[in-house]
Amino acid sequence: MRAIRIICARELEAYFTSPVAYVFLVIFLLLTGFFTFTAGAFFERGEASLSAFFGWHPWLYLVLVPAVGMRLWAEERRAGTIELLLTMPITAWQAIIGKFLASWLFLALALVLTFPVVLTVNVLGEPDNGAIAAGYVGSFLLAGTYLALTCMTSAMTRNQVVAFILSVVICLFLILVGFNPVTDLLGRWTSSAVVDTVAAFSVVTHFDGFQKGVLDSRDLIFFFSMIGFALFATGVIIRGHRAG
Amino acid sequence: MIRIENLVKTFGAKRAVDGISFGVERGEVLGFLGPNGSGKSTTMRMITGFYPPTSGRVTVGGHDVAENPIAAKRLIGYLPENAASYPDMTVESFLGFTAAMRGLDGAARKRAVGRAIEMCFLSAVVRQNIDTLSKGYKHRTCLAQALIHDPEVLVLDEPTDGLDPNQKHEVRNLIRELGKSKAVVFSTHILEEVDAACSRAIIIDRGKIVAQGTPNELRARSRLEGAVTLQADGATAEKLSALGRVEDFAGAFRIDPRDPSHGPELAAAVIELVNREGWKVHGMYSERGELDEVFRSLTQPDTAAA
Repeated sequence: MRAIRIICARELEAYFTSPVAYVFLVIFLLLTGFFTFTAGAFFERGEASLSAFFGWHPWLYLVLVPAVGMRLWAEERRAGTIELLLTMPITAWQAIIGKFLASWLFLALALVLTFPVVLTVNVLGEPDNGAIAAGYVGSFLLAGTYLALTCMTSAMTRNQVVAFILSVVICLFLILVGFNPVTDLLGRWTSSAVVDTVAAFSVVTHFDGFQKGVLDSRDLIFFFSMIGFALFATGVIIRGHRAG
Repeated sequence: MIRIENLVKTFGAKRAVDGISFGVERGEVLGFLGPNGSGKSTTMRMITGFYPPTSGRVTVGGHDVAENPIAAKRLIGYLPENAASYPDMTVESFLGFTAAMRGLDGAARKRAVGRAIEMCFLSAVVRQNIDTLSKGYKHRTCLAQALIHDPEVLVLDEPTDGLDPNQKHEVRNLIRELGKSKAVVFSTHILEEVDAACSRAIIIDRGKIVAQGTPNELRARSRLEGAVTLQADGATAEKLSALGRVEDFAGAFRIDPRDPSHGPELAAAVIELVNREGWKVHGMYSERGELDEVFRSLTQPDTAAA
């Protein structure tokens, strides 16, 4: 635990000593504002909910989360500091989890800073704040899933841009498999059982439940197992580099 | 402290390290020599647990690095090749981080950071970001990181690379000083460093040990060891050639002994010859073997191996 905490603290510090953190936070807040109020037609809907806000998160995170996570391992490998880190008296798992948690906490902070939307909707009407809380939990888990996948792609390469693009593609795939045009297309070639299996990986369907205020254990298990799997794969990839 | 048995590391078809065995005890400084790409760094990475060996065993302080990596790594201070460190951190926060990772807290951490800063002459740059430092300072920052927990074993991969001559001198003195109480392995391809800092040296080439011994023992393998250079009126190569192989350097002759161990006898024989012939001697020196020459004769240049 101690090693995880120290690594996590160092990574968080690294975000805030460079302009990256501030640029990210500002862009994230501007974009959430734009999508919620302009593109999401928050006011015109005439309903006291944050569906205009949460509905955009899978798309917003698609670009922003890989940008936060692409650095994690690619930069360590490029700079050679991975050698320093992994020859410390710690296990690779502690480093993987520490780094992941740091970025996840950073994303949590970005999410917390969207609190003015919650205030706005509470001033204007009487929303179901339980549903809003569930939406935040779902959004946080969604970000974690993208982030864990970005950790994995980041460990694959020493080039941050490659890590970014790979993770965008994987996350995009996880969004698209839930869309009807895509599932229809798949249905033409394969059996419906395959289509259902693939569609079950859609982050959007799992995220939808949270937006409605439902904390379904299946959705929770989905997100946590995605995170677990991606971090496990990260460990395998990192071990693979060293085994030669 | 360090025991290596039959260590092998392959990358694909390439055998980067091919059956190396050696040991380093406390109070010893082992110089690890070899051309670029000979397997020095790979060996060091296996000692520090970064690479798992393909076969063979490494134990540090009695702990098998593969089976009990955390206990082994605790004993080791490691300076990786190119002295990588986190560029966005200040020297102080970087050293604080490594001290924390080594399990030091509070006052102990502060003391450790202060001591490392002092040992590596970093006090002028403690609050500077590492990416703004000169190469020498970056290097010493990483060296300070290796020393932070006062480890019993030091593994230093090219510790003097990129330093200016004064800094090289300081680092060598530091290594010699540290070697009195620790087991130190350092790699280099600068041969004078072996004389300056090592108690023992190993030369490796293409993953195999080709020679080992004290610097003097290695030097004795040179064909120059014990050679005599003579500058004298009347001396001719013809007359000297009875004593050994003669080379003419514009008026000075170098006589190589037939066997390096015959050095002293050769000198006596030259003096006898000079007296008998009545040559007027301007200068006469007994040569010492050159590590350079031993190194070149034992290792293949990188281009030939490729």
